[in-house]
Amino acid sequence: MDPQSLTFLGLPALLWIPLLPLIGAAFNLILGRYFSKATVGTVAVAAVFGACVLAGILVFWGLFQHPNDAPQALWQTGGYTQTAWNWLEVGSFKAPLALHLDSLSAVMILIITFVGTWIHIYSTGYMAHDPGFARYFGYLNLFTGAMLILVLAANLPVMFIGWEGVGLCSFLLIGFWYENDAYAYAGRKAFVVNRIGDFAFLLGMFLLFWAVKSLDFADLDNLAAHGATYHDTTWGPHGSQVWEHEHLTAAAGILLFIGACGKSAQLPLFVWLPDAMAGPTPVSALIHAATMVTAGVYMVCRLSFMYVTSTTAMVVIATVGLLTALVAAFIAFAQTDLKKVLAYSTVSQLGFMFVAAGVGAFPAAIFHLGTHAFFKACLFLGAGSVMHGMEHGGSKTPGDITTMGGLRKHLPITRITFLISCLAITGIFPFSGFFSKDEILGSDWTAHPPGWPDWYGKLLWGGLLIAALGTALYMWRLYFLVFGGNERSEEAKHAHESPASMTSALAILAFFATVIGFIGLPHLRMLEHAPGAVHALWTWLAPSVASSWYVAPGQTMPIASEGADSTTLALMVGALSVGVLGILAAWGLYGRGPSKTVDRLVDGPLHDAYVASKNKLWFDEVYDVIVVRPFKLLARGLFEIVDRFIIDTVAVNGAAFVVGLFGRLARWFQNGQVQRYLVGVIVGAAAVFLVTDCHHHPSFDITRTGDSISLRAETGAGVAGSGAKLHWHLDGSTDCSVDKDKPGDPAELTVRAGDTGANVTLCVEDPVEKKTLVVTRRVPDAPEPTAPAVSGGNEVKP
Amino acid sequence: MNDILFDVGYGHFLVLSAVLFLIGVAGVLIRRNALIMLMSVELMLNAGNIALLAFSRMWADEAALSAHTFALIVIGVAAAEASVGLAIVVAVFRGRRTIDVDKLTTLRH
Repeated sequence: MDPQSLTFLGLPALLWIPLLPLIGAAFNLILGRYFSKATVGTVAVAAVFGACVLAGILVFWGLFQHPNDAPQALWQTGGYTQTAWNWLEVGSFKAPLALHLDSLSAVMILIITFVGTWIHIYSTGYMAHDPGFARYFGYLNLFTGAMLILVLAANLPVMFIGWEGVGLCSFLLIGFWYENDAYAYAGRKAFVVNRIGDFAFLLGMFLLFWAVKSLDFADLDNLAAHGATYHDTTWGPHGSQVWEHEHLTAAAGILLFIGACGKSAQLPLFVWLPDAMAGPTPVSALIHAATMVTAGVYMVCRLSFMYVTSTTAMVVIATVGLLTALVAAFIAFAQTDLKKVLAYSTVSQLGFMFVAAGVGAFPAAIFHLGTHAFFKACLFLGAGSVMHGMEHGGSKTPGDITTMGGLRKHLPITRITFLISCLAITGIFPFSGFFSKDEILGSDWTAHPPGWPDWYGKLLWGGLLIAALGTALYMWRLYFLVFGGNERSEEAKHAHESPASMTSALAILAFFATVIGFIGLPHLRMLEHAPGAVHALWTWLAPSVASSWYVAPGQTMPIASEGADSTTLALMVGALSVGVLGILAAWGLYGRGPSKTVDRLVDGPLHDAYVASKNKLWFDEVYDVIVVRPFKLLARGLFEIVDRFIIDTVAVNGAAFVVGLFGRLARWFQNGQVQRYLVGVIVGAAAVFLVTDCHHHPSFDITRTGDSISLRAETGAGVAGSGAKLHWHLDGSTDCSVDKDKPGDPAELTVRAGDTGANVTLCVEDPVEKKTLVVTRRVPDAPEPTAPAVSGGNEVKP
Repeated sequence: MNDILFDVGYGHFLVLSAVLFLIGVAGVLIRRNALIMLMSVELMLNAGNIALLAFSRMWADEAALSAHTFALIVIGVAAAEASVGLAIVVAVFRGRRTIDVDKLTTLRH
């Protein structure tokens, strides 16, 4: 039996993975308000947990099978696609609603459903007293479903559904407490900034479709492998292979990456993420740290086969990643809000992932994505627990780290898990971050994409090392300020530990933050003969991500290049010592609360840097000047001219004025007096008589059939017509006075052609008005004799 | 002069009919006294009768009396209408001490 034939209620099991959370969302959003919080929470958790179990079954299917059976594990089969129905089909464009499970999407669905389950459980405790409980869980389930669609999509349009879906849920959840203007504004900001990225994403999709006529990942991959040819010469010579010239892939790749910049908060579109912390903390953990923001990294890995054909796009990705990692780490130093520090840390870590993807180390990017999901979710949930505790202590600004300190005494479990996660993010052996961050740094050191200068990889490595040092500094500053030293406020003294639903999630996530790194041990030759599970993640991801650069048709170059063990070890020791150095420095400065050295540095040599960091490098201000204000001005102009004047004044009020005018006219008739209405009746009747042609002018018909001419008088309707006396003058004479005393002629008359002149005249004597009307008409000529057949006559003429 | 007094044609009858009818219309529209309005209606009906008889004379041979029949029916209907209408007017006057139609507004709204 294979996992593809597994069905439930007639639908393939794979479809149920996103469907379960979506059903949960529908239940909670539509019916949730009629049920108790316990029911709502149970449904929400069960929906995600069900998806998690199902994902586990499908992902690990065949992993423990008998070795003699046909291979069924995902990393052996390369995955499979299941189509729900044909969603769009226009001409050659096809977008089936198809889900694709391979080893790459498998990693993602496991992370999303597993971390998601624990964050749902945590939320039942965190949101227990919130009136919007059902709405919250509805959104959270909806997000999980959309995220699962995003990662399971088998083509770009379906991925875009998920892409937009998670963006929507992000917006809804950031502005969850929408009564607070600042929070609602933060949600709107996230949405607008994401729209900018999504627009580029769409353009990239259009470009790819225009060039290769398909948006299916499998088709795109095949094109890369087998080569499709251009029919248009914009991007390469006619008939040349699509992937041969990197113009197209560079353009499409960079456009898609701009989309990723929006979603994954990279320079210059990262400004929404720190503000996104307005949402409930579990949302920050799930959406704005563990899953949604990694969608961009996932997209780059999903399309790795395309990105390896364009080192230009890769340079852009790696450079943007590096700059983001450095800028975000720098800004994180001077933030005093617990969640803001974590938000900038997330931005910085996403930069790490993009650098890894940019040098072609896709497994390393996914690896860091996975470990980061655990330790950052744990950090955020820990932050939520701290703020929960501070709120119970009476704090009005529960996220302000300057009022904390000494919380290790009051929140022991939170403190331990936070400590573990800090160790992980700093990259201390043997916590998970050590392995993944080391893998990224190692890949940078050895990176040699075709067309790159040799030193560029080293530059990336150096830059990331500085960012890693920064990570250690700001994370441990945070840790010491929150948990170390003594309480700096009354509220901190009265803080207390969170309920079990919250701490259990923290413990589980911390556990995984500790051990998850062992799925990807460093690439050391001394481990070569160890069991295959040592590089489990690499073996696992091999069939799903590209492993070689595309140089020319039929010519590739492996991405991974393993250095000597000594180099690898040296790099590891270097990264580790940077982490330890950062921790020691942070301990020196903040170990017992903010030390005097800090004040001296901030007032003295580092004053400018401190101000810059504190003000987030003025990114918001710059955006305000170059984007927000011009757009507001434009909107203002449109509002005043188009809306106020054209629509309101001219269209709406103008129409109302005209209608009102007629209304005033009509009101005169509608005064309730029968007589007034009768005026209408009589005026109307008179009008009818006026309009009707009472004075129907007399005339007559004259038709000729061969030699006989028939005349038929039409004397008009009414009194005058019926009583009229007629006289025919066949000779056409118009003098009617000669008929004065003759009796009338009949109305119809038939005569021979010879009896008439050129004209015939009819005299009509009107008996009422005593007038004589004269009508004269010409007698029609005899019809032309039918000519003998002349077809082709002109042609045979000599 | 001669024409107008002695050469009387169908047109004269029709004009007389139209003038009488318009007087009736004006009476119905302008007067507020129910009794006068009824009289105006009578005037309109009789204007119609004159027109009918003029047409009958105009193109039927004189033995055929179809238009005369119509006129008789109209006279009958007018009599019935007048008796019912006058009865209502008398009844209203007994109850309200007025037959000004503008003041008979009990059924409004």
